[in-house]
Amino acid sequence: MKIPIEYFLVLSAFMFVTGVVGVLTRRNAIVVFMCIELMLNSANLSLIAFSSYYGNSVGQLFVFFVMTVAAAEASIGLAIIIALFRNKMTLNIDEVNILKW
Amino acid sequence: MINLIYLTVALPLLGFLINGFFGNKIKNEKVIGAIGSGVIGLSFLIALGAFVETLQLPVEERKNIVNLFTWLDVAGIKINFAYQVDQLSLVMSLIVTGVGFIIHIYSIGYMHGDKSFWRFFAYLNLFIFAMMNLILGDNFVVLFLGWEGVGLCSYLLIGFWYDRKFEKSTTADAAKKAFIVNRIGDFGFLLGMFLIYLTFGSLNFNEVFSRASIYSNEFIFSLIALFLFIGATGKSAQIPLFVWLPDAMAGPTPVSALIHAATMVTAGVYMVARCSIIFASAPDIMMLVAVIGAFTAIFAASIGLVQNDIKKVLAYSTISQLGYMFLAMGVGAFSAGIFHVMTHAFFKALLFLGAGSIIHAMHEQQDIRFYGGLKKYMPATFKTFLIAALAISGIPPLSGFFSKDEILWYSFANGSIVLWIVGVVTSMMTAFYMFRLYFLTFEGKERFNLHKEPQQRGKKAEPEAVDTHHSTLPHESPKLMTIPLIVLAALSIVGGFIGIPAIFSGEHGNLFHNWLEPVFKNANNKLNYYGTHTHFEEILLMALSVIFAVSAILLARYIYLKKPSIADNIAGKFKGLYNVLWNKYYVDEIYDATVVNPIVKTSDKFLWRINDNKIIDGVVNGTASVIGLASGYFRKVQNGVAQFYAFIMIIGIAAALFWLILR
Repeated sequence: MKIPIEYFLVLSAFMFVTGVVGVLTRRNAIVVFMCIELMLNSANLSLIAFSSYYGNSVGQLFVFFVMTVAAAEASIGLAIIIALFRNKMTLNIDEVNILKW
Repeated sequence: MINLIYLTVALPLLGFLINGFFGNKIKNEKVIGAIGSGVIGLSFLIALGAFVETLQLPVEERKNIVNLFTWLDVAGIKINFAYQVDQLSLVMSLIVTGVGFIIHIYSIGYMHGDKSFWRFFAYLNLFIFAMMNLILGDNFVVLFLGWEGVGLCSYLLIGFWYDRKFEKSTTADAAKKAFIVNRIGDFGFLLGMFLIYLTFGSLNFNEVFSRASIYSNEFIFSLIALFLFIGATGKSAQIPLFVWLPDAMAGPTPVSALIHAATMVTAGVYMVARCSIIFASAPDIMMLVAVIGAFTAIFAASIGLVQNDIKKVLAYSTISQLGYMFLAMGVGAFSAGIFHVMTHAFFKALLFLGAGSIIHAMHEQQDIRFYGGLKKYMPATFKTFLIAALAISGIPPLSGFFSKDEILWYSFANGSIVLWIVGVVTSMMTAFYMFRLYFLTFEGKERFNLHKEPQQRGKKAEPEAVDTHHSTLPHESPKLMTIPLIVLAALSIVGGFIGIPAIFSGEHGNLFHNWLEPVFKNANNKLNYYGTHTHFEEILLMALSVIFAVSAILLARYIYLKKPSIADNIAGKFKGLYNVLWNKYYVDEIYDATVVNPIVKTSDKFLWRINDNKIIDGVVNGTASVIGLASGYFRKVQNGVAQFYAFIMIIGIAAALFWLILR
């Protein structure tokens, strides 16, 4: 039995909105970071779904690219978080507001 | 050789490049001087070869165009970089390269030991390059290139000793004055060029002049001729733009000889002669040229009567002689004017170089009241200077007599008796001030070792005093300087023989006149001067002017040699007149009051303090403060919280998506 594409898209949208809300509302930097990963994976899900739907492998290829970039981004992001913690002794991003006029 | 004529232009440029870029590394004065004069010497030989070759051609084929390349080709206007080798440009080329070569040789001696020896020769070569473009160019644009180029070189060379004082200011100010006054004239010249292009649709000499001979709107001709003449008054130091030339004496003396006597200042005369057909078609402007020329001649000569600086006297003499040349142009005696350009180049260059030799011997002293009795110390300078003074005074059979008398004759025959009287009075004044200079310098008591100030005859105190340290006697200049003097003296003697008037020379007629005749044929046909004067009149006028000149010389001898007290008495009796002459008719002061100061005041009070400080700066600063004020509000958006930025970004993306989807 083939699962209709709408199912995947609804799940993907739900994951994406969860990620966006998490990024905008959570205060812990690591949680924000995890939410960003969630958004990336929701996009991956959509790509896989469409790839299967159209019987075209390009979407799967893109997912690998996204995963590679996500890995690189994760290493840099975590490094920033560590550096941030060492400087500020906090991961509360409300308190990290030095980048203003 | 005609096809090689471009080398007469290229060689000086080469000399300029070598001396200009490597001169300070070469250092050896002999090498620099040899390069600098060698290229000019070669140019002269090529010009001479082209002249000989042209001489062998039949008269109709004596005009050759040497096309080098297309310079501009835009929007229907095509300018070729081409040189025109014809009778007129050959005469001028021979003068410029010949006299130029002699002066280059002299400069090796004169500039010996100068810290910028190489720079001097580089500038001189650049000048010859520009001057040759001016003369040889076959269209107005190449002429204008040379016209501006010689102006630049004049500026550079007047200010050559830029760290020296000159009168009340510096040589740099004198150079600036020359440049700015010339610009006024150049503006007129440019307008003339624009109008020529508008009227005749070309800037090429041959096309313009052939179209001009069948064109017949006298008003347009007058306008073009007037604009061109304004250009000529600037370059050739005529009223009202002559004020820069006396100040140009701030430059080294060979520069005064080459640029401000023999060549550059005659560019205006050359240009009028070249455009003779345009001028001949505008009789009113011809009259104006004659009147301005005559007036300048007598005006400058009268100032020259009382000046005490040897170079100043010669400078006013140059202005006066240039006035003669314009008088000749104005009465349609084009070949006589060019003839005077040539003879004047010989004897005036000689006078200046002689003056340079004297100044050298007198340790930079230029005041003739501190000279006297120099003839036994400087025999070569003395003899050549005397020849030049006789030549400029118009004593037969020296060159000046023939050229000056031809001009006087034409001003009588084609012009009017008034112009002739002005011319003769000027020639008397010329003889008088030249021999005043001569007697005060070479004859009489030696006044150069007296260490006290001379009697104050003028109001202005002389800044230079006798150099109290030098007790050595004046000495003759080295061979490198005296040989050029001797060559020029020989030319001043024999130079006139090629232009012996037809009434004396029998069947050959006036050789110089015949040579140039084809160039001015159209203009002469248009002018149609065929006077009904007799040979008797011509000889009578000639005799009169010689008698006047001789009596002026004897008068100068009486006043300055026999009874020196007379000069002071006369000056005392006519104090008002004397002061007017001494102060050069207050022309500089009048220009300062009417032109210079208003511009300076307007610039200071309005353009700077109001326009620049208030309006322009106000707009710029106002823009900045408005933006600053607005930023004060907008910068609050940047609160440093990354999540807020992300929020704004997401709203933006959402809005963009909505717009894209719902469109």
